[in-house]
Amino acid sequence: MSLELFLLLGAGLFAIGLYGALSQQSIVMLMMGLELMLNGITVAAAAFWYYVAPSNADGQVLIIVVITAMAVEMAVGFAVVTAIFRARDVDMTDMAADLKE
Amino acid sequence: MVTVALFWLFAVGALVSGFLVFRLNSMARVTFALLASFVFVAAEVVLLGLAYLGVVIVLMMVMEMVIMAVFMVMYMMNPAGLMPMAMEHNKTGAAAISVGTFVVLAVGIVLVDWPQRAGMPPPDPTVALGEALMGPHMLTMMTLGVALFATIVATVVLATHRGRYDRWGDDLRVVRADEPVCGGIGR
Repeated sequence: MSLELFLLLGAGLFAIGLYGALSQQSIVMLMMGLELMLNGITVAAAAFWYYVAPSNADGQVLIIVVITAMAVEMAVGFAVVTAIFRARDVDMTDMAADLKE
Repeated sequence: MVTVALFWLFAVGALVSGFLVFRLNSMARVTFALLASFVFVAAEVVLLGLAYLGVVIVLMMVMEMVIMAVFMVMYMMNPAGLMPMAMEHNKTGAAAISVGTFVVLAVGIVLVDWPQRAGMPPPDPTVALGEALMGPHMLTMMTLGVALFATIVATVVLATHRGRYDRWGDDLRVVRADEPVCGGIGR
């Protein structure tokens, strides 16, 4: 095994998540894409810790930050979905396109 | 040898289950496919010697995906997947962008001259993480704590059915809420 293999795994997960984030109409499915992208970053951070600088804990701290970002993203995402669904019966990204105006 | 075999097993599992997230119809299956991807990645993290973080990822993602399954069933129009339907837009463009991103990342990963390993892993990486979070990375931990607290406040404000302006209107000088039921429901 090598750093490159782990990074390629992370890049693959990031690319799959990016496809989901760009292509899904449902806001909940879009959030799943974002979670997969963060999943890839987790692998990359762990690999960097092990193969580049295992003597300090920076890579581990980065994983903690990514895990927290996942939790925050999910909680805020569901709250936003609940709010917009309650206000306008919208749960699809296309139906909320006028929010950008 | 066993470690290499496990790496490939977990890597293929993570990628395939991640891909299935956007291919399956049933919302429950989609959620558990994402959970499987997280578990495979946690196994990779354990392979790298970070047992504590791997277990944290598994525990956290199990809870997160169970909650997500509830929201999927709540909001998806076809939660059981009995009638296959596409809920995608611009699939070709999204696929082109994601494949292009992977190619760019892969080329960078292969071509970059990564630095040599500096130092050896500590005997107990969990202790090293704890000492870092309580020492040089204390600011990171404090920031995460404040961010989580702000998330709690923001989610409650967003999800509550009746916010401040529903009760009090735009007049900020009003001292008492004009409740539709005096004293609140049930009194």
